[in-house]
Amino acid sequence: MNETTPAQDIKQDLISLFRQHTGLLETGSGHIMNLYREQAFNDFDRLGIPTTRNEAYKYTPLEKYLNGNYDVELNVNPFKVDISTIFKCDIPELDTHVVLVLNGFYYAGNLPGIFPPGVIICGLNEASTRFPDIFHKHYSQYADTSADGLVALNTLFAQDGVFIFVPRNTVIEKPIQIINLSHSDKNLRLTRRNLIVAEENSKVDVVLCDHTLSNHSYLANSLTEVFAGENATVNYNRLQNENTLSTQINNLFIHQLGNSRFTGNSISLHGGLVRNNFYATLGGRGCETNLYGLFLCDDSQHVANFILINHASPECTSNQLFKGILEGDATGAFNGKILVQPDAQKTQAYQKNNNILLSPDARMNTKPHLEIYADDVKCSHGATVGQLDPEAMFYLRSRGIGEKDARLLLMFAFAQEIVSKITVPLLQERITELVEKRLKGELSKCNNCDIRCG
Amino acid sequence: MLIIKDLHVSIDGKEILKGINLTVKAGEVHAVMGPNGSGKSTLAAALVGRELFEITSGSVTYQGENLLEMSTEDRARKGLFLGFQYPVEIPGVSIVNFMKTAINEHRKFKGMDPISASDFLKLMRDKKDLVGLHTSLANRSVNEGFSGGEKKKNEIFQMAILEPTLAILDETDSGLDIDAMKTVAGGVNKLRRKDNATIIITHYQRLLDYIIPDFVHVLYKGRIVKSSGKELALELEEKGYDWLNQESE
Repeated sequence: MNETTPAQDIKQDLISLFRQHTGLLETGSGHIMNLYREQAFNDFDRLGIPTTRNEAYKYTPLEKYLNGNYDVELNVNPFKVDISTIFKCDIPELDTHVVLVLNGFYYAGNLPGIFPPGVIICGLNEASTRFPDIFHKHYSQYADTSADGLVALNTLFAQDGVFIFVPRNTVIEKPIQIINLSHSDKNLRLTRRNLIVAEENSKVDVVLCDHTLSNHSYLANSLTEVFAGENATVNYNRLQNENTLSTQINNLFIHQLGNSRFTGNSISLHGGLVRNNFYATLGGRGCETNLYGLFLCDDSQHVANFILINHASPECTSNQLFKGILEGDATGAFNGKILVQPDAQKTQAYQKNNNILLSPDARMNTKPHLEIYADDVKCSHGATVGQLDPEAMFYLRSRGIGEKDARLLLMFAFAQEIVSKITVPLLQERITELVEKRLKGELSKCNNCDIRCG
Repeated sequence: MLIIKDLHVSIDGKEILKGINLTVKAGEVHAVMGPNGSGKSTLAAALVGRELFEITSGSVTYQGENLLEMSTEDRARKGLFLGFQYPVEIPGVSIVNFMKTAINEHRKFKGMDPISASDFLKLMRDKKDLVGLHTSLANRSVNEGFSGGEKKKNEIFQMAILEPTLAILDETDSGLDIDAMKTVAGGVNKLRRKDNATIIITHYQRLLDYIIPDFVHVLYKGRIVKSSGKELALELEEKGYDWLNQESE
């Protein structure tokens, strides 16, 4: 008798699911999206679900989370209720172009607003048929399905998400806010796929938030590809705030051309398991890449950030700064890799990961990884795992600040270093409030949202 | 205001203070002097409730209450203040936020409403001028990247904001140039009132040229071996601490 492992079982289930629904998937999706499914299938079949034996997933026990009964929605669910009755975000205050995505599908009622000529914001599937030239040039060009089974899995099941195209010399003033809504009366498996293309000299701010609208378990496999052309600026702010039954796998692939700037900021406030993979390729002279992340976890939550910055060109700069506060039995992982290619001279690459453990059972694994093949580079890395500074605690208390408030002040200060790097000022204020509430143990739901997503 | 009786304090089982007796009344300034390692900072730390220091026997009464039973924060709320020898850097916490939180905790303790924004701004402005703290420093993180002199000024600034009943200044003069010391001393003098008291802990006499004490105590090997008026400070300056060795043995 052949014993199978949970990871193998999940893989087999997903393969049969795909075989069973290939027709439905393909007729529901644009031709270009279907082009990549065969390769994705072969890659997934070969790689399967990463287990803890895989170095990159050593501290993220996925099997435990991916197991279980999940429904899948393979065709656009004409959502029965008016979306505005279940969801309100304080949009006027944030002043963004809002785009809603429901269970992975671009919401047909989206009215993102008025944009400069040539800008496209629409559903991914719609883009694949309406703008085949642009789409074909970028779709699945940066996400490498051959190295990670979950990337292959996303490409295999990808159907929809958000497509953003900013033509050359165009600046979108207001941020585009993508809100991923999860709503179901059953546990649900979701696939989300976004593509952001910013041509040369363009600029765009993207804000991505999640909301779980019911207390079911959501298992989301999300993948976003970002292309930043010559001298383009892309700011990508990710707010993760889902219920603790949720599992989120996020892959972000960034491809940059010369002198472009990308800043990514991931704030993980809530979630059962959150796995963020960042892959940036600095593909032209003078690129700048900044990746920032903050994660606050308690109970038995797990947040893992995995980063690979590929310095493929000379004179590029990259910064990684990730900070975590862990409580209860929470576990976290940080794995940051800097790869400097042989001709990437004058590279400057910096990495820092600081963590605070508030309880004896919380655990953090952190691993810097530098691979440098050029000789004229400046690289640094540093990681700390510790407690709140007892000297600082005493100093605050000696001024009459109680222990609880002193702890809050210090935790907040620790977190604020990341929040202060958010590129959208109003969002920064909002997230400051959310982080404060989160640290106080109050529910960090959005103020005007009817549904508690905590 | 403060009555210390036969106070014994140990750290890691090693006795540092071996029976301190000291009484401080409202309106007085006391200087505690002594060589390095005599237990001066231990006395300060024990009075504000540092957990590392174990009180093995003795009593401390502050305004009629048992000080040793109070938490550090309650001691502060009841008007006890320590000017740290080594002020702590707290990245990310601005002085403004720090002081606002502290004031409101003091006010809450007294059953008062939080301070209004305009009152707080005025208070910050007035006290900044009093101690000569540069405006740009007040908006920065607590002590982060401050020079030694700026850190000490910041201590006196906090003291001015919190208006303590009993202030203990631990080596406030160390690391200060003469101008900074004059500013710091000026601040302390301006805060002197009939109803408050100050204990100045120092190794050198020079600060006492600017803050005139009513009493000078010499702490040596964990005991107060001599108490007298301000002239004792000058004597110590002249003779150093070596003569104490013969006298105490």
